[in-house]
Amino acid sequence: MCLAIPGKIKSIDLQYNGLVRMAKVSFGGITKEASLEMLPDANVGDYVLVHVGVAISKLNEEEAQRTFKYLEEIGELGELEDVDEYLPNSEKKAS
Amino acid sequence: MKYMSEYRDPVLAKQFLEEIKTTVTQPWSIMEVCGGQTHSLVKNGIIEMLPDEVTMIHGPGCPVCVTPLNLIDKAVYLATEKGVILCSFGDMLRVPGSQKSLLEAKAEGADVRVLYSPLEAVKIAEDNPDKEVVFFAVGFETTAPANALSVVHAHIRGVKNYSILASHVLVPPAIKAVIDDEESKIDGFLAAGHVCTIMGNAEYHPISEKFEVPIVVTGFEPLDVLQGILMVLRQLEQKKAEVENQYARIVREEGNPDAQKVIHEVFEVKNQMWRGIGEIPESGYAVREEFAAFDAAKKFSVNIAEAPEHPDCISGQIMKGIKKPFECAQFGKTCKPTNPLGAPMVSSEGACAAYYHFSGMVEQA
Ligand code: SF4
Repeated sequence: MCLAIPGKIKSIDLQYNGLVRMAKVSFGGITKEASLEMLPDANVGDYVLVHVGVAISKLNEEEAQRTFKYLEEIGELGELEDVDEYLPNSEKKAS
Repeated sequence: MKYMSEYRDPVLAKQFLEEIKTTVTQPWSIMEVCGGQTHSLVKNGIIEMLPDEVTMIHGPGCPVCVTPLNLIDKAVYLATEKGVILCSFGDMLRVPGSQKSLLEAKAEGADVRVLYSPLEAVKIAEDNPDKEVVFFAVGFETTAPANALSVVHAHIRGVKNYSILASHVLVPPAIKAVIDDEESKIDGFLAAGHVCTIMGNAEYHPISEKFEVPIVVTGFEPLDVLQGILMVLRQLEQKKAEVENQYARIVREEGNPDAQKVIHEVFEVKNQMWRGIGEIPESGYAVREEFAAFDAAKKFSVNIAEAPEHPDCISGQIMKGIKKPFECAQFGKTCKPTNPLGAPMVSSEGACAAYYHFSGMVEQA
C-alpha cells in the first residue's frame, strides 16, 4: 500500500468553486482521478507520482516509464484495478 | 547470481555488488525501514548475494503490520455493530483482530469496502447520506496527505457523515526507538524514499548526528537498495555518520511543503502504539480538535478492551530486527499468508510474508 505509481496528467478539473484541483491521470491503459493539491504547479502532460489518489511528486518521463515498468514486472499495479471486488483469492500475484 | 539476469541493469547491479564486497572489512548490520525495500531485498535475492559481513535487518516498515490490534477490533466493531460503511486499503482487511478480521466481518455481511484512495470514501459518504462512512486511515507519512485531504474535502463539500479512524505512524521516532532498544544493534539505516518525498530529510540529520549512524534515504527498486547499502557501508568503513540521499531523482531535501501543510492542518503529533512494539513517543498523528467532527475515535464512543496478541506470534521481535521470520516456530506452519497469526504475515511488505513468498526459507523453517 505504500507504493506510489507514476502516471501522466491528461486533464485538470477545478471542483468546488476552485477549491479542489483534480486531474485525470493515465497509468498505462488505466485512467484514474488524482488530487493535484500537493503539486500546485503540475500541468497537463506532466508525469507525476501518485500515491493512493494524491499526486505527491513530479518526475521526468524516462524515470516515470522505468518505474512503471518495474512495478508492472513485480505485479504491484493491482491496486489500480477495481479493488472493490476484493476477495482473498484475487490477490495480486506477486504478494 | 541466479537472479542477476532479472535486473534492469545487471551490469550496474553487479558493479554495486562488487563494490560492496571490496568496501566491507568487518561485520555490519543495516536496517531497511521501508517494507517495499524488504520486498525488493527478499524477492530479488539480494540478501543471499550480499557478503557474509553484511546483515540486513528488516524494520517496522509496514503500516499495516504495526496498526494496533485494538484499532482493528474497533474497526470491526464499527462495521458489525454500528452499521457503518467501513472503508480501507486492501491489505488491512486480512489483518487478524482479536476476534476476527475485517474480511471475516465482510463475509458475515458487514459493509466493508476496499478503496484505492481515501478521497473515494468521501464520495461514498456523499452518495449514502443516511449512512455513516468511516475510512480506516492507516499509513506512514507518505499516506498522511491523502488521509488528511479526505477530511479537508469532506469539510469543503459539507459532508457530515464522513470520518476517519486514524492510525498513522512516523518513521523518525521509530528509528530512534530501534536505536534505543538495547537488544537491537544496528549500524546504519536505509530510510524510506517515499516518506521523505513528503517530509524531506531534515528530521534525519539530528538522529544521524546524535546516535552517530549513517542514514541513507533510499528508493525501493533493487538497484536503489543495492546502491543505498553501498552508501551506508562506505560511511561505516570511513567512520562517517551522515544523511545521504540515494533517491535524489525523487526526494528533495525539503520534501513537499504543500503536503506537509495539509498534514499539519488536519493532524497533530501524538504518542502512538505500534503493534508488536509498544508505545513510541510522538510517533503518530491524531486528528486536530478543529476537525473533531471527522474523527471516528471521537464521533463513536467505542470502548474495546485491549486484547492480547496471539501467544505464539513473535512479531515484535521480528519488527525490531531481533529475530528473522524463519526463527518463529509458527512460520510457514500454522502461520501463512492465507491464515496469518500476526500482521507481518499479511501484507506483501511485511517481513514474514516477504520471506514466505520469495526466499525459499519455507523449506528451512
Ligand atoms: S511467522 Fe506469523 S506467527 Fe511468526 S512472527 Fe511472523 S506473523 Fe507472527
